[in-house]
Amino acid sequence: MEWFKKPKNGLVSQQKKEIPDGLWTKCESCGEIIYVKELEKNLWVCHRCNFHFRIKSKDYIELLLDEGKLEEYDNNLISTDPLKFKDSKRYPDRIRDSRKKTGLNDAVIVGIGKIENKEVSFGVMDFGFIGGSMGSVVGEKVARAIERSLERKIPLVIVSCSGGARMQEGILSLMQMAKTSGLLAKLYDANIPFISVLTNPTTAGVMASYASLGDVIIAEPKALLGFAGPRVIQQTIGQELPTGFQSSEFFLEHGFLDKIVERKDLKKTVSLLLEYLLPPAKTS
Amino acid sequence: MNGQYLDFEKPILDLEKRIQDMKDFASGESLELSREIQLLEKRKDRLLQDIYSKLTRWQRVQLARHPLRPHSLDYINLISTDFVELHGDRGFADDKAVVGGFGKIEGRAVMFIGQQKGRDTKQKLYRNFGMMHPEGYRKALRLMQLASRSGKPIIILVDTPGAFPGIGAEERGQAEAIARNLREMFRLKVPITINIVGEGASGGALGIGIGDRVLMLENSWYSVISPEGCSAILWRDSSKAPLAAEALKLSSFDLKELKVIDRIVLEPVGGAHRNPKEAADILKREIIKDLGELSELEIEELLQKRIEKFRRMGVFSTEEYHLPERGEPPENIG
Repeated sequence: MEWFKKPKNGLVSQQKKEIPDGLWTKCESCGEIIYVKELEKNLWVCHRCNFHFRIKSKDYIELLLDEGKLEEYDNNLISTDPLKFKDSKRYPDRIRDSRKKTGLNDAVIVGIGKIENKEVSFGVMDFGFIGGSMGSVVGEKVARAIERSLERKIPLVIVSCSGGARMQEGILSLMQMAKTSGLLAKLYDANIPFISVLTNPTTAGVMASYASLGDVIIAEPKALLGFAGPRVIQQTIGQELPTGFQSSEFFLEHGFLDKIVERKDLKKTVSLLLEYLLPPAKTS
Repeated sequence: MNGQYLDFEKPILDLEKRIQDMKDFASGESLELSREIQLLEKRKDRLLQDIYSKLTRWQRVQLARHPLRPHSLDYINLISTDFVELHGDRGFADDKAVVGGFGKIEGRAVMFIGQQKGRDTKQKLYRNFGMMHPEGYRKALRLMQLASRSGKPIIILVDTPGAFPGIGAEERGQAEAIARNLREMFRLKVPITINIVGEGASGGALGIGIGDRVLMLENSWYSVISPEGCSAILWRDSSKAPLAAEALKLSSFDLKELKVIDRIVLEPVGGAHRNPKEAADILKREIIKDLGELSELEIEELLQKRIEKFRRMGVFSTEEYHLPERGEPPENIG
């Protein structure tokens, strides 16, 4: 059984905290033991049950953008501690640790890239950075991504992965929902398409703002999607939640999602949708 | 006060009781006690000033939830005439946790939207404790769009412990309903004034909270999460809510400092519940002031400024931020 134990120095990079770091790993959903290299080849999707492992923001850039290239903007925006938030761990320490752990400066990467030759303003969130939570920096970067769409008249594509607003910035985090939605009102009036891609999980403050405001909204299979956290709902109603509650499939069933798209089909689906959403003169 | 008081109000209540006893005794025995009563009244005023000038954030949260605090319909009835309540989202139901309708302030027609709590148990259940479902946000949006089309300014009264977290709410798209309101409220072509009168919990409050002016009553709170919710997440224990209230900086004074609200509306000494009429009069003056200023603007300018107002919110650094030293020594030294 030595086999299944994770070696201390695995073959994959030790920084990939979100991703299993041994030779073999167990599927969270069906329990299948999978060879990590196979899993990687399969875009981190379980070959047996189709469970989509959570991947990093950089992986989505690789997956969705032509040549895996993003002209990144606003990476110099850094969270401060406007509330001097009192917690078991101080907020600046939390930020520092997350930056070190993920190599990111905050929970979203934004910039300009191409999807099958169509230029888009692109944003992708990273759950590894304080649960993908939205504070002032995430809100500002998403706002600027929307503004770049407006200025250049190019579509907006945002891949969401977030537990919601960042508690440590209090009311300022809540206001990022308003900020981003206000700019999306402008984008809507300018008739510029916005495709929202939901991944596991997208909930609360992010789900209740820009993630829900796409002209077309698609999601990876079996992602946790919703407003309130399952635990909160369970406590409120005092009974077990039905199976499949708040999943991508649940969202589709209730009319809040256009389509569930497997990771391997994500790029071509987004590309095709862009083609349909863009005005005729601009498709080429 | 019918035995409905908060811990820190107790000394005031005791004094009020003594004053009343003395008055009763004096009238029964035809004794001249007016000087004594006057002295006690003065003492009470000083005590009120004293207690209410140094409230903690948690005490203000408690005041915002005071059982006798005026609710949205109380304010609507006190500041307007000819209120016509309108119902339903035209799709699913009439959410009783939110009320809306046309009314007149000093003869000027406006649309009121307010989250509504109940006072007794039956009413609380009927109003679902002021926690809206998706159909509530859709009802509010329908009425706001009606106001926009008929050129009537919108006056919003926020008072909610949060959007309802339940199975039905998720099935009917709580997140979508709130998100849509956030976007659509930026597109309403009439002035909107937001007035936080009690509790402003998270997305549930913000879902009707986009406007040209945002005011908070002195003893209301507005936050990304309730103190109980924050406490449960941080300390796995909702009883640390007073600590969470401090950490979240959720008082009207905090939000003014964080540039999230435009003005604080001072309440009568001792809180709005001690004098609802006076509280409503003060709020009415503030609303009239806002409506006056906002109606001067062209619609284009109004909408542009509304987006810019929220566009500015947030605090971050563009420099390499020099983090303060660690709070505690790192684990596993050596």
